[in-house]
Amino acid sequence: MTSAMFIQHFFNALTLGSLYGLIAIGYTMVYGILRLINFAHGDIFMMGAYFIFFGTVSFFLPWGVAAVLAIAAASLCGVIIDRIAYQPLRNAPRISALISAIGVSFLIENLALVIFTGLPRPVVQPEWLVKPLAFGNVRILPLGLVVPAISFILVAALLWVVYRTKPGLAMRAISKDIETTRLLGVKVNKIIAFTFALGSALAAASGIMWALRYPQIHPFMGVLPGFKAFIAAVFGGIGSIQGAMVGGLILGFIEIMLVAFFPEFSGYRDAYAFILLIAILLVKPTGLLGEKLEEKI
Amino acid sequence: MQQKKKNRFRDTCLTIIVIVLLGCFLHYAQNHFNGYAIQIINLVAVNAILALSMNIIYGFTGMFSLGQAGFMAIGAYVSALCVLTPEQKEMMWILDEIIWPFSTIHTSFFVSVVAGGLITAFISLLIALPVLRLGGDYLGIATLGFAEIIRVVITNATPITNGALGIKGIPLHANMWWNYGWLLFTLYFMIVLLRSNFGNVFKAIRDDEVAAKVMGINTFKYRVISFCIGAFFAGVGGALMGNLITTIDPKMFNFLLTFNILMIVVAGGLGSLTGSILGSVIITVLLEWLRIVEEPMTILNFEIPGIPGMRMVIFAVALLVIILFRREGLMGMREFSWDSVIGFLSRPFNRNKNADTGKEQA
Repeated sequence: MTSAMFIQHFFNALTLGSLYGLIAIGYTMVYGILRLINFAHGDIFMMGAYFIFFGTVSFFLPWGVAAVLAIAAASLCGVIIDRIAYQPLRNAPRISALISAIGVSFLIENLALVIFTGLPRPVVQPEWLVKPLAFGNVRILPLGLVVPAISFILVAALLWVVYRTKPGLAMRAISKDIETTRLLGVKVNKIIAFTFALGSALAAASGIMWALRYPQIHPFMGVLPGFKAFIAAVFGGIGSIQGAMVGGLILGFIEIMLVAFFPEFSGYRDAYAFILLIAILLVKPTGLLGEKLEEKI
Repeated sequence: MQQKKKNRFRDTCLTIIVIVLLGCFLHYAQNHFNGYAIQIINLVAVNAILALSMNIIYGFTGMFSLGQAGFMAIGAYVSALCVLTPEQKEMMWILDEIIWPFSTIHTSFFVSVVAGGLITAFISLLIALPVLRLGGDYLGIATLGFAEIIRVVITNATPITNGALGIKGIPLHANMWWNYGWLLFTLYFMIVLLRSNFGNVFKAIRDDEVAAKVMGINTFKYRVISFCIGAFFAGVGGALMGNLITTIDPKMFNFLLTFNILMIVVAGGLGSLTGSILGSVIITVLLEWLRIVEEPMTILNFEIPGIPGMRMVIFAVALLVIILFRREGLMGMREFSWDSVIGFLSRPFNRNKNADTGKEQA
């Protein structure tokens, strides 16, 4: 492998990894607060991609406007899902909420299949994003630089919200102890809805950039990235935003580099993430940066 | 004591009568129903076996396992490899030659199903030893991961499994007698198991694992046992399904399959064998019946176009409604018993009598 090829793989991995990371943050925030695996998160990601498709192709909106609208619409979807499917089950056994999450995920996927049809749709890529830049004999898509940059800006903004604002403080308080937080007068359900909105916005942003990078969208596009992002969240330490991003990047690098170095095993590409998951669960269940979660008796 | 013995005799008689009636029904169905109806009746039995297998792991032992589809895949592939003749296999494996031990095996159908179950149970043991140290939803995700890994491995192990092309032309051995025979065996096994001390331990672990541990139970051992028994029957169910549909490929055993079974178990009632059976009848028939919405209909001269895919939307909504409004499912944790049926049926007749003896019975 030449160094030029390695650099190209490096930027591919960086792109894929930061996209995984953005989705993983939504999982990790919801899990940190509700101890719930939000299976529908991957479908929010899919909807982000579809919203941008319809915004640009059907309504001829400029890219920037369409992206903002798509992210807003996806956040709204996240909040609605929480209100309908998760909020009534707050005091139910956790497994009930998990089954509800699986149900919502299937509902969204099949609804998308009915409404958008199963036909893969091509996304229009802006010219300047896909014209390769040449640095010597290294050719890089501008996307490979733009996607990680936007991702890191978004994560920085999120960290600011979580660690420097009042709602962020409430979010962290809920993740420590939901009952005490409620007693202190925090409107818990509102904060949880806000968490879903933030997570869904990041997932939608990731979906939009995914659609730019891999310009074929279909109703089930969110399933596998969703699972992998969850794995990234577990790997990085569930409940930790930085951990989710780190986990996503590591997962992206593992996938791209293993395929690049061992092309004969490329058929097993989708299994790597799950093997990684099982390995981390067995060795260090709290993940790389996670705090120890004590099961309350 | 005498009364109890008498009741047991009565219950056995009634059970035998029901089984005989079921046999008559199946015999009648085989001769008079069309192929589609027979297929649905068969699917009910296979789904019931799968639901029971999931219920023992999740409903009775409280381990949230989402690996069912993976176990089914193993069972189906093992059975298909056993039951096909060497010539058929040589013809079908186009991409890669089939490798030695698998190319010569040829067994009867029954042996192939048992082999499918046993090998699935063995692989599940290998999975269980590391994974069952986890609890709660982590276990769900890990088992889901294993199911995915099994699927990827099957897709790529072309010399054994024929890869993504799958296996076609499996002879249709799984007729109603086999399917319902296996269902009866599964049910009988589970009833005996749950009445034994194993059943008590499983339920103790489900209700409170820490308390069970404090009582001196080696919970890990019993969790592994429950997991392997469930996997065995999932493998059997997968083998029967493969022989019923006669075509298997790796794509078939995706998460949707696990989801369907989960739906049956939840709808029927977690921790109720009766619920699993009822659930599989209702859900299987409902899923087929819902195909109506996907076909064009004419109501009062208005042509309503069919909506492809609408079936699964309704199905998902149904699951959500159940989990939101009736979390315990159809049966909750109750079980069918002849006492309750007779009590229910005789209620109109001796209402007056009960009014007198009510106090005694209470």
